[in-house]
Amino acid sequence: MFCEKALELVRELHRASEGQLPAFNEDGLRQVLEEMKALYEQNQSDVNEAKSGGRSDLIPTIKFRHCSLLRNRRCAVAYLYDRLLRIRALRWEYGSVLPNALRFHMSAEEMEWFNHYKKSLAIYMRSLGGDEGLDITQDMKPPKSLYIEVRCLKDYGEFEVDDGTSVLLKKNSQHFLPRWKCEQLIRQGILEHVLS
Amino acid sequence: MSEAYFRVESGALGLQENFLSLDDILMSHEKLPVRTETSMPRLGAFFLERSGGADTDNAIPQGSKLELPLWLAKGLYDNKRRILSVELPKIYQEGWRTVFSADANVVDLHKMGPHFYGFGSQLLHFDNPENVDISQSLLQTFIGRFRRIMDCSQNAYNEDTSALVARLDEMERGLFQTGQKGLNDFQCWEKGQASQITASNLVQNYKKRKFTDMED
Repeated sequence: MFCEKALELVRELHRASEGQLPAFNEDGLRQVLEEMKALYEQNQSDVNEAKSGGRSDLIPTIKFRHCSLLRNRRCAVAYLYDRLLRIRALRWEYGSVLPNALRFHMSAEEMEWFNHYKKSLAIYMRSLGGDEGLDITQDMKPPKSLYIEVRCLKDYGEFEVDDGTSVLLKKNSQHFLPRWKCEQLIRQGILEHVLS
Repeated sequence: MSEAYFRVESGALGLQENFLSLDDILMSHEKLPVRTETSMPRLGAFFLERSGGADTDNAIPQGSKLELPLWLAKGLYDNKRRILSVELPKIYQEGWRTVFSADANVVDLHKMGPHFYGFGSQLLHFDNPENVDISQSLLQTFIGRFRRIMDCSQNAYNEDTSALVARLDEMERGLFQTGQKGLNDFQCWEKGQASQITASNLVQNYKKRKFTDMED
């Protein structure tokens, strides 16, 4: 039956729960496009035969292949679109710099899309809140205080605070730091927000 | 669930599936029994037991009974039934409908094709005379099962729920998950953790994966 490979692509994404981004299945997509090309060419030839050779009994067959073409297209487009949704989520949950492991999972075009999205978001954020702009990727939960207690979960190194002093983020060290500086690191799992 | 990932929802319970919904694509892959109303040349390779052989141009003969995926049946169907006619799968027929009306809770809807409601709703496109009864049955079955799903999802906190969801179809599982999320969010708020900044689920999952990669 046609469209098996296309369905496999969809299944692969569906299985990756929690919005995870699996590696880009370039091979799978290429096979889907090849099947579409073969279907199209078979249909072209059958349409000519139906018209000039009087084989109107080929029409159901042509329709069958056409349905398969539409199905392949749907699966491929849904696959690509859902991946973009996951990549968009990365900007909000990971930040603007992605770890290498993730970057290898993206195709060149997807990386380009991510950069465009980052840029659009940055331009938008700069246009808010007067001169300085507003970082809407911060304060995802309503803040209760300006400074928070954090514990370091892994070695990170030197971290500079606004008044120029720097803090050494070593595993298990605890610090009292401004919320807006730490939020990104907490979301990335480097620091842990300690509630008193 | 990752907070910033908003997948395309299923539209199967409404008039049309959503083109981009992964759930709907998987749902429409489920099969239903059809009967060909005309011969279909050059496709015999897919149904070797039925194929007419080389002298019929490798055709699937007229009157063959096949199982085709929903997407294909939908595409080839028209109300004059020129290419194929569609039969109801057993679980939407009268026999099973009676079972559902007796006690909807005992049935394992996951086994009966995991997209019971979605597939059943899309079946209504095929102008079957039993459509009114089918849609009634879908609705009543859901009404019968909903109470238990809601109860379970709102009361199972921090425990293994696999036994509870085992016999639910995909739509019901989604509902259960939503209920669980509500419960977990409430508990988190009650404990005063609602204002605690946390590492996103996405990040935590990537970290877990990295460890397993290293072990290989």
